[in-house]
Amino acid sequence: MRPRDLHLDLDAFEGPFDLLLALILKEELPLAEVEIARIVVAYVERLVEVERLDLEACGEFLLLVAGLLELKARELFPQVDADLVDLEPAEAAEELARRLEEYRRIKAAASWLSERLRQESDRFFRLGPAPLSPRLSRRLAPQDPRALADSLRALAAEPSTLSLAHMGLSFPSIERFLDRFRALLRRRLRFDLETELRGLGRLEQAAAFLALLELRKREEARLEQAYPFAPIRVLRPAVERSEEWKTATSA
Amino acid sequence: MEDRHLRLIAARPLERLVRTVEALLVVSSSPLSVDELAQAAEDEPARIEAALDLLKERYREGRSGIVLERVAGGYAFRASREAASACARLVEPPVERTLSQAALETLAIVAYLGPCTRPEIARLRGVASDTVVAGLVERGLLAEAGREPGAGGAVRYRVTELFLRVFGLESVAGLPPLEDLGGEASEIRARLEAVAGRRLG
Repeated sequence: MRPRDLHLDLDAFEGPFDLLLALILKEELPLAEVEIARIVVAYVERLVEVERLDLEACGEFLLLVAGLLELKARELFPQVDADLVDLEPAEAAEELARRLEEYRRIKAAASWLSERLRQESDRFFRLGPAPLSPRLSRRLAPQDPRALADSLRALAAEPSTLSLAHMGLSFPSIERFLDRFRALLRRRLRFDLETELRGLGRLEQAAAFLALLELRKREEARLEQAYPFAPIRVLRPAVERSEEWKTATSA
Repeated sequence: MEDRHLRLIAARPLERLVRTVEALLVVSSSPLSVDELAQAAEDEPARIEAALDLLKERYREGRSGIVLERVAGGYAFRASREAASACARLVEPPVERTLSQAALETLAIVAYLGPCTRPEIARLRGVASDTVVAGLVERGLLAEAGREPGAGGAVRYRVTELFLRVFGLESVAGLPPLEDLGGEASEIRARLEAVAGRRLG
């Protein structure tokens, strides 16, 4: 029997096995909610019913279940697993036995509760919301009507006009800095950016830097910086080209 | 001396207090403790206990259709067991009588080890219990009981008064000791060793 032909009825899911896998892989159903033991039991029950053992299908099912188990273990106990890896085999066996013992007690406690529920099934009692306590009457301290009038007057006062000065903020022209740096590079082979920006505001400095990047992109200028945060030096590209040319011709 | 004794009985008759306690228990939908009854009746706790003893005798199985019982940390009325079938035809039981194995295990964990968080329940059961916990909260058998210490700590859960009433318990102390449940640890170890031996062999 192919795993996809298996129909499941679990707490978290009801439907075919392949749909369950699809939902888990799409992360639409948390694997931690799925009881894998019940999937195995359902598969074995179906195998008994069909009375024919398809080894290839069984192998496929085993692989799928092993994968699910590993994923679920990682999802449930990411940290605990890491702890267990460090344990010696004897210690790990002891830890496993301790956990099984703990779970077995809980299962026994659940059985006790189940039996108790059965025994107490004829208990009927009134159910309802919590009884209401008498409502407390809130007493206000004596008030002065003039104080109330003053408070209302303060609320009725015309609010001050909001300043919209920041809305009119203008950004300095990048073109202006482009022209200025081009003029500088026509006159000089190199200049120090920090010197040129001295005395400018932060917005103007930002515009100047954008202009410099534009020049670099158009290969109208070359930038040098000895180390991070060192002064930026701007060079005329013709200098570099001519030096390279000289080096090449002398070689 | 004898005159004084007679005056005391006449001034504060217990029968009147019995009627008051009876009325308080009728109007309350949840169990009332001796202190709560004493506060409402404006009387002494010792006299409330005496009144409750009289009421317990009056409202007991086989004598009345209403039974006074000590449950969930207080006293409350319930229907007598002989009237259960008739009650079942009139009203729904307080909680479904069949809880799933997952729900029972989760309740057992919270009842014995609570308040505890969902990850703790998942670690013990070996399967995430978010849906089960949400269902039990919806049914009123579990309730939130604060968070784990630290920022973003997981929500802790505890069993409710309804849980105690449904299972007929005065408190969680009425559960059998966990150490007495689940069999011997040596038996589990022997099974593990047997499995390991087969693998090695």
